[in-house]
Amino acid sequence: MRFIGRQFRRIDQEIMAIPGRAIAFFFLIAMFFIPLATRDPYLMKILIFMNIFAIYAASWDVLGGFTGQFCMGHGAFFGVAAYTSGILNLKLGLPVWACIPSGAVMSVLAGLLIAVPSLRLRGVYFALVSLAFPIILTGIVYAFSGVTGGEMGLSGIEVITRNRVALYYITLAVMIACVLAMRKLTDAKSKVFRLGIVLRAIHEDEVSARCVGVNTIRYKLLAFSISAFFAGVAGGLYVHVLRIAGPSNLELMWSFNPIIWTAFGGMGTIAGSVVGVFILYPVMELLRFVPHLRILIYAGIIIAVIMLMPEGIVHWVRDKLEEECPRCKLTNSALRRDCRACGAPLHVQIKASFSSESEASTVSEEVP
Amino acid sequence: MLPIILIKGAMIGAVYASLAVGFSLVFGVAKIINLAHTAFFMLAAYAMYVLVMMYRWPVSAAVGLLLMGMSILAVLVYLLFLDRIREHEGAVILVTVALGMAIQEILLLIFESTFRAVEPFVHGIVELFGVTVPKQELLIFVVTMACLAAVLLFLYQTRLGLALRVTAQDRETANLMGINVKWVCLVSVVMAVVLAAVSGAVVSPTLTVDPYMWAHPLVMIFAAVILGGLGSVKGSFIGAFILGYTEVLVVFLVPTGSFIKGSVAMLIMVVILVVRPEGLYGVVFEEERL
Repeated sequence: MRFIGRQFRRIDQEIMAIPGRAIAFFFLIAMFFIPLATRDPYLMKILIFMNIFAIYAASWDVLGGFTGQFCMGHGAFFGVAAYTSGILNLKLGLPVWACIPSGAVMSVLAGLLIAVPSLRLRGVYFALVSLAFPIILTGIVYAFSGVTGGEMGLSGIEVITRNRVALYYITLAVMIACVLAMRKLTDAKSKVFRLGIVLRAIHEDEVSARCVGVNTIRYKLLAFSISAFFAGVAGGLYVHVLRIAGPSNLELMWSFNPIIWTAFGGMGTIAGSVVGVFILYPVMELLRFVPHLRILIYAGIIIAVIMLMPEGIVHWVRDKLEEECPRCKLTNSALRRDCRACGAPLHVQIKASFSSESEASTVSEEVP
Repeated sequence: MLPIILIKGAMIGAVYASLAVGFSLVFGVAKIINLAHTAFFMLAAYAMYVLVMMYRWPVSAAVGLLLMGMSILAVLVYLLFLDRIREHEGAVILVTVALGMAIQEILLLIFESTFRAVEPFVHGIVELFGVTVPKQELLIFVVTMACLAAVLLFLYQTRLGLALRVTAQDRETANLMGINVKWVCLVSVVMAVVLAAVSGAVVSPTLTVDPYMWAHPLVMIFAAVILGGLGSVKGSFIGAFILGYTEVLVVFLVPTGSFIKGSVAMLIMVVILVVRPEGLYGVVFEEERL
């Protein structure tokens, strides 16, 4: 009983007190109860894909948003895992639960291979070079069409389970596990992993990070492997849900989509990628009612969002709902008057009053 | 075999060069990565189709109107979209991709995905080194080379060209010296779009015009520009010819060449970058070296 009580107190103090976390918490609970409300197969399918793409977009965020390696070829990781998983399943007859992890491991190897030329490049160079890798992979797929199926791709891959609701819960569980793992790994305030703060440092200024003794090469390789691993998990799941893998998984748009989702939701916050997927993917599905205008409207949305909210939705919402305590730096709800831990007033307004010519300006702190 | 590869490669290289130089110019001066660059190329090809094939305009009048229209479009795109987000690289990449997609979709709505063809502007063939070359292909080579020469003359012989080169070297100092950086960036964007429009107009008779034709040249000019060193006009020019010849070699010598021509170009780019991270003619500042 005491344990349950402690957990409730923890939820009350650490989740409910911060609006952003509270929204995420209620969102997760709602996700668990969706199959009770509806079991429409089409809706279930969309939700399953949303879960998978949330992993994919979040894995881009680890590399692009946190480490500052603006990777434009993320589809390569997804594609390697998808093809590995599919080939292992079709040609060797391995069970699904062996295929997906081996696909993810293969994707990590591909990530390390891609990282080797990329480590010497930075900024725009890296962005444009990373674009090359899915295209090179497409060439490999066409060149070895005996194994990869060439233009037709692989079909008839074993599905994880035929039961859609079970499939939904499996992908949801994997999504939550992966997203939480990525969030913990990249948390800059974490006291367990040093990774988060180092990746931020590399993002801000790589030369300075090297100057203070960080082995940036090792950390970048680590970021590449983590990102590739989770993209690989998404790729493996995708293949075993849709049951086909093809060169379309290596197309340009497949690599741009996680960037668009993450930029829409907010870069450098794993939550942003999830939010981006859960808003934009259903919108894309709704737009199927107007198939001619679908991509045009999508492009319009992207442009509008970036022009209006260049930071992304999560940052924008956070600015409105949350307030950092000026004394102890704890995050508080913007509705509170004073900090929940130290009691310092939150909304301190600094007013500059230009009263007369003799006094230049007096800065007074007003407590509301 | 060899002469035909040489001639075809020169033709394709010239087209890529005129696209890559424009792309490189915009990146060098305005620091904008314009992924919609080849969408303007495609737009020009469609404009030629509409004006020449549907309304039967004379080619010269069509090109004149096309250049005017594309310049206005470039100014609008720059002022409405690119100028506000110029500082954020990621945002620029996303917005220009979205623009390219929007252009593609608008063309799909109007023309649907059927292949269109434009009649050659000049008919007849010439015999060069024992290879029969259509006069249209010669025209492509001559026109794009003339345009590139004009761009170089402009950059190195006029005061505005000097301003462009100065801004490319150091934006802050150029601003302090009284150069209107925004205006200079606008000029570079318009120049690049006009270059793309001219090459798109001249090439249109040799290509099948369809709403997806912008993807392959985009990938190739990327590779060319990075190969030569971002922001270096000379580098992009040479990179474009290297890739043009590679593409022709792959298509002619490898059985399923046209499927993997993009991949081979990318592989060459990656190999060169591993050896020389700043590209063939790129400049690297000491503090940026790892």
